[in-house]
Amino acid sequence: MNLPAALASAAAPNPWFSWAYLQANADDLLAAGREHVLITLAAVVLATAVAVPLALLVRRFPRLQVPVLAFSGLLYTIPSLALIAGLWPWLGLSPWTVITALALYALLVILRNMIVGLDAVPSEIVDAARGVGHTRTQLLWRVQVPLAMPTIMAGIRIATVSTIGLVTVGALVGHGGFGSIILGGFVNNFYHAQIMAGTIAVVVLALALEGGLVLLERVLTPWARGVRG
Amino acid sequence: MGGLESLVQWFADPAQWTGSAGIPARLLQHALICLWAMAIALVVALPLGLWLGHRRRWGGLVTSIGNLGRAIPTFALLIILASWEPVGVSDLAAVIALAVFAIPPILSNAFVGVRDVDRGATEAATGMGMTGGQVLWRVELPLSVPVVAAGIRTSTVQVVATATLAALVGGGGLGRFVVDGFGLQDPTLMFAGVVLVALACVGVELLGSMAQRALTPKALRGGSVLGTF
Repeated sequence: MNLPAALASAAAPNPWFSWAYLQANADDLLAAGREHVLITLAAVVLATAVAVPLALLVRRFPRLQVPVLAFSGLLYTIPSLALIAGLWPWLGLSPWTVITALALYALLVILRNMIVGLDAVPSEIVDAARGVGHTRTQLLWRVQVPLAMPTIMAGIRIATVSTIGLVTVGALVGHGGFGSIILGGFVNNFYHAQIMAGTIAVVVLALALEGGLVLLERVLTPWARGVRG
Repeated sequence: MGGLESLVQWFADPAQWTGSAGIPARLLQHALICLWAMAIALVVALPLGLWLGHRRRWGGLVTSIGNLGRAIPTFALLIILASWEPVGVSDLAAVIALAVFAIPPILSNAFVGVRDVDRGATEAATGMGMTGGQVLWRVELPLSVPVVAAGIRTSTVQVVATATLAALVGGGGLGRFVVDGFGLQDPTLMFAGVVLVALACVGVELLGSMAQRALTPKALRGGSVLGTF
């Protein structure tokens, strides 16, 4: 008697797009979206918080630049799945496992752009600032950081968008935001509507955050308009 | 915990080095998935990027393809493909998903590399009577090798790392150890997988940087760490 049941389920419609699914699971999708955004923000904020002192350290001791960038580059080559799995015994099935792993990836992009941006400040401007009596700290915060801001913000933007995609892999430890929705659909007999809803939600979230950060970049760097590549 | 000890024991066990689930077999599966994905991506992206760069047109299209590729998470595409009947749960889903993600860096670097070749050189070649195809093949291509090779290298490293995800949809490769170790709650197996995957990725990264250096004409070689990503 199993055969007819199997045939029936195989013949059952499994559309990729379904309003009924969205209506019935709106709460789950919203909760997943909340988790997705929170994990992304936590990872990017954590990475930025670590990148600022590292960038300052590298500026003070230029000899550290190669080892610091090489080490974060090495971390960057390790796949997200392996990094999340590797952190799991220490951090458990918590969102922090995903946040820590993704912060390590975001670190390279943010740090590299900070260093490149600060290095690219024209030396005439630095000399002029010194000439009018800026101290080292004033030089950094009033001249170099503002001029490097477009590059720094671009780093944060790129890191945010790629983090949004990577959060999905967190589904392995049950904290993947929309990734958990996608994996849930896969495990639940290839439930197409659920998989597609999760995927579209991730793409929309990535595009929306990218747009928001471009706007923030413009607000923070009114002087840089027109020179952005 | 003796975690390191059990890890060493795991690697020392001859059983891990033979059979269809042994390290050599998994490594081969991993390599084959990556080779197929890269072959498809190269056949699609390289001629298109070189040609568009030669014509110096459709830059917007190249950028949009790159942005779209970054916005869709590999994880989501992989699961969509695996749950779609014509592809199904297999290595094929991984090959297609990885090929899709390998295309944007190859395409954009081929495009930018050829487009930014010194106009003086291409005009001189045209003046000598070369046809469009000859200019592309004999002048633009050799001069753009560093940039084109950098794109291929970026893609390869990404593909080797991301191929780990194939195991999530029932595919083979080194990710199998990580996913199985996680599923069986066997930290030793999982860590062995993390170590293998990390070694493979770092190895490909180092090989790639050496290959790129070897391919770059001597006069164009520089030593910047910042420029290698």
